[in-house]
Amino acid sequence: MTSLPPVFTEWFASRGWSIHPHQQAMLDRADDPALLLIAPTGGGKTLAGFLPTLVDIAEHGHEGLHTLYISPLKALAADIKRNLTTPVSEMDLPIRIEDRTGDTSSSAKRRQRADPPHILLTTPESLALLTSYEDAPRIFAGLKRIVVDEIHALAESKRGDQLFLALSRLQAMCPGLRRVGLSATVEDPAAIARLLARHPDPCEILMADPGPEPDIAMLQTDATPPWSGGGAAYSIPAVLEEVKRHRITLIFHNTRAQAEIFFHNLWLANEDALPIGIHHGSLDRAQRERVEAAMQRGELRAVVCTGSLDLGIDWGDVDLVIQVGAPKNVKRLVQRIGRANHRYNAPSKALLVPANRFEVIECHAALEAVRDHDLDGEPRGPGPRDVLCQHILIRACAGPFDADALFEEIKTVGAYATLTRAQFDACLDFCATGGYALRAYDQWQRLLNRDGLSQLRDPRSARLIRMNIGTIQDADLLKVRMRRNRGGKPLGEVEEGFAASLTPGDTFLIGGQIVKYEGLRETVVEVSRDAAKKPKIATFAGTKFATSTQLSQRILSLLHSGDHSALPAHTADWIALQQDVSQLPKVGRLLIESFPHDGREHACIYGFAGRNAQQTLGLILSKRMEEMRLAPMGFVSTDYATLIWGLEPLTDATGLLDRAALREGLDKWLAGNQLIKRTFRASATIAGLIQRNLPQVRKSGRQATFSSDILYDTLAKYDPDHLLLDITRQEAMRGLIDFGRIEEMLDRIGNRVDLVRLPRVTPFAAPLFLEAGRTPVEGSAQDRLIEEETQRLMQAAGLA
Amino acid sequence: MNGYEFTLAGARLTALGSGALFWRDLNLLCVSDMHLGKTERRARLGEAQLPPYETHDTLSRLQADLEATGAHTVICLGDSFDDALAARALLDAEKLWISRLQAGRRWVWIEGNHDPGPVDLGGAHLFELPVPPLTFRHIAQQGFSGEVSGHYHPKVTLPVRGRAITRPAFLLDSDRLVMPAYGTYTGGLRSHDTALCDLMRPEALAILTGKTPHPAPMPRGAKA
Repeated sequence: MTSLPPVFTEWFASRGWSIHPHQQAMLDRADDPALLLIAPTGGGKTLAGFLPTLVDIAEHGHEGLHTLYISPLKALAADIKRNLTTPVSEMDLPIRIEDRTGDTSSSAKRRQRADPPHILLTTPESLALLTSYEDAPRIFAGLKRIVVDEIHALAESKRGDQLFLALSRLQAMCPGLRRVGLSATVEDPAAIARLLARHPDPCEILMADPGPEPDIAMLQTDATPPWSGGGAAYSIPAVLEEVKRHRITLIFHNTRAQAEIFFHNLWLANEDALPIGIHHGSLDRAQRERVEAAMQRGELRAVVCTGSLDLGIDWGDVDLVIQVGAPKNVKRLVQRIGRANHRYNAPSKALLVPANRFEVIECHAALEAVRDHDLDGEPRGPGPRDVLCQHILIRACAGPFDADALFEEIKTVGAYATLTRAQFDACLDFCATGGYALRAYDQWQRLLNRDGLSQLRDPRSARLIRMNIGTIQDADLLKVRMRRNRGGKPLGEVEEGFAASLTPGDTFLIGGQIVKYEGLRETVVEVSRDAAKKPKIATFAGTKFATSTQLSQRILSLLHSGDHSALPAHTADWIALQQDVSQLPKVGRLLIESFPHDGREHACIYGFAGRNAQQTLGLILSKRMEEMRLAPMGFVSTDYATLIWGLEPLTDATGLLDRAALREGLDKWLAGNQLIKRTFRASATIAGLIQRNLPQVRKSGRQATFSSDILYDTLAKYDPDHLLLDITRQEAMRGLIDFGRIEEMLDRIGNRVDLVRLPRVTPFAAPLFLEAGRTPVEGSAQDRLIEEETQRLMQAAGLA
Repeated sequence: MNGYEFTLAGARLTALGSGALFWRDLNLLCVSDMHLGKTERRARLGEAQLPPYETHDTLSRLQADLEATGAHTVICLGDSFDDALAARALLDAEKLWISRLQAGRRWVWIEGNHDPGPVDLGGAHLFELPVPPLTFRHIAQQGFSGEVSGHYHPKVTLPVRGRAITRPAFLLDSDRLVMPAYGTYTGGLRSHDTALCDLMRPEALAILTGKTPHPAPMPRGAKA
């Protein structure tokens, strides 16, 4: 057992603390090449990660960079800096700690490169940028340890893939590098350990005491939830009551728009003027920092927030977490619950607020899952090649390289361990030439081979590559500012698509206030204050998570079980009515309802495959129905069903869900759909085919969409085997298109399809009519309608 | 061949779904506003870049129309190139392709505001071309009849059962025909625009392009 140096023991004692067993274990295993710590929130996880570093520097001293700390959030890096500076200065240790993120000034960044601190706190993107400099070996000389915080959050995204690729680069520069990962509770720790360690090195997993069981329930309200929508406005009085009964409450929402609307309604009802703030990723940084500071000073009673507060920033005395809207994902729910009682050994308290009738069922299923410790997770496939392409370009920025050596280096990254040489060569060739179809165009000729080494053809292109480092594909956001003479107060950001839908005079919510849209100046949305009571709804930043496979299964089982007594009466009655009028969805079968309504025919498919897959199903099935001459006109999807409407009734579902036909539908439909183009655009941007940032001008989102769409069309037409199209097809199995979930559904239902023909709308289908986000189908129905309408107009005009 | 047949100043014409015009009696095909080389010009001027291949796409469609109609005369009604430099900067393969399309055909480039000078490609270069009873020119002139022109890239938006559908369109009245843009990357001017409302007679028709062209009364904004 490694004992703490006296200065540490004294410091622990002065605080009245003793070292946690897992902190001691981390110290004992300081020399392991890779080590993963799984600990609940508030378990002294960060200190556990840094203890070996602090002890080593305190005892042996160190010149230059000793430890690199990576966190997924800029704010977290700043927070850790504060938390770490306290013990370091109290123990008077000779350790310099600095953070480096997109917010760091360029002069500070230059100084950090010339004279790195002992501990540098940064993000995956800033690290990737650091490795792209020609003097990277000098910057990282002497680096001994790397700590990846909240690794579970990174492991699920391309940001993680980029990070682990950068680690392979660092490991090549500093062969003795030790890797430490800090993670919240996850369903498959071994999978994260494999990502963290240098392949095929082993990685020990330390499990800290998980702490007491959470105290979690559904919020009891007098009002019943509505049939549809996500606002949960009905719950406001009950939520306010809970806020009054607790010291500090965090009120989580799934989307920023919902958080804004809820916050607005909360204030309209907040007669006691309780101090309540709002915090989400679209708000201006200064605004967010004010809320964070007020929170730490204990001045707020509640904060309405989104995923921006999901990760481990210490918020002090939160004693209640309220989740508004179905949690969609049990693992995220558990992590959010952990935000309450951010102290070891105190149970977390949380309440769930379903936003509509169906979400009552989902919340109930989620509560069961939390009690059963049944966390969900989708295994990720092999490392994405678009990130690899970016990595190759970043490597080229740092100087000429040997392709064989780079390939060997990449094979040490867990996610890329199965990468074949042919796949690597295809990525390298794409980086060098843009691929076969684009070889005639100068702008994509980036690498050349000289003396056996690959290098940038024009060293000046390094600037452009560096400007476009990163894998985060936020929808394009525009800044919102108060209109003043010059540069009014910044309020936050909205999606470009939302801004484009505004006409001057429209009102919307941002940062809890209603503002009036005045106009667009370059890339800034200018607004003025407005006294209106009811805003036009803010639809910005509509990231919608799909309900996880595991949670969907629980919901289906719950419906199938026939026992709904545990559910509130209003929901149980609704389910009973559905059973009377039609039937309930069953495990292992697929229910399709077909009925006329309002002059159109409708088909409702209860696939329980999650929002994205149901959306994709809508697109493919409407194509199939087009071929069946049912003239579909549009569809809408939720996490559990898709409703398609058209001119002719669906009376025979034979072959509708044939796997081969759906696959073919996906391929055919790959050629033309917006979702696939968005998927392509994301990968093309990451891989460096399209530059989002150009020197001087920032390409506006619409221009970027325009050109990537046409680029997609042309590649699809003239070079269907292009690397980027291959990557796009692979991406289509997950994410926005999520075809993998459709296949999962097909596995589950086999050929057991129940088509029910009914005279009118059913209880379960009714909420879909109120659902937003309808997708029109461009097909024969459109031509039929144009023909009808033009003929009608010609006759009306007496011309035909 | 999907087309909408009509007469203008006594000439029997067919508006094709692709946006081209066919005059069967003279075996003449007319296309307007191809804007070839738009990508190259934007890149050259430092504007946001568009991907290549739009020239390829436009020429493929032109070739398809030529094969379907078997036209012997081709009139490109102006703005065929995004500018004179763009015409020179076409890839060799694209220039060759145009020459192949020109082989065995009479080919006329009408001057447009984007491409006023002669181009380094085969074919005649004219300001306008009278083919009685019609006159082909780039920009419509008031007071003429039997005129076929382009320039405005007209498009039409129809509200159909709560949904708006927009298509490029021909505009037609007893005096003139205004053609939609044929190029791949060309936007359009809505028929509501005063420039078009003033130009066209009140009883004008819009012929919507698409799989099958459909005529409708020309949609206009609310009368002032």
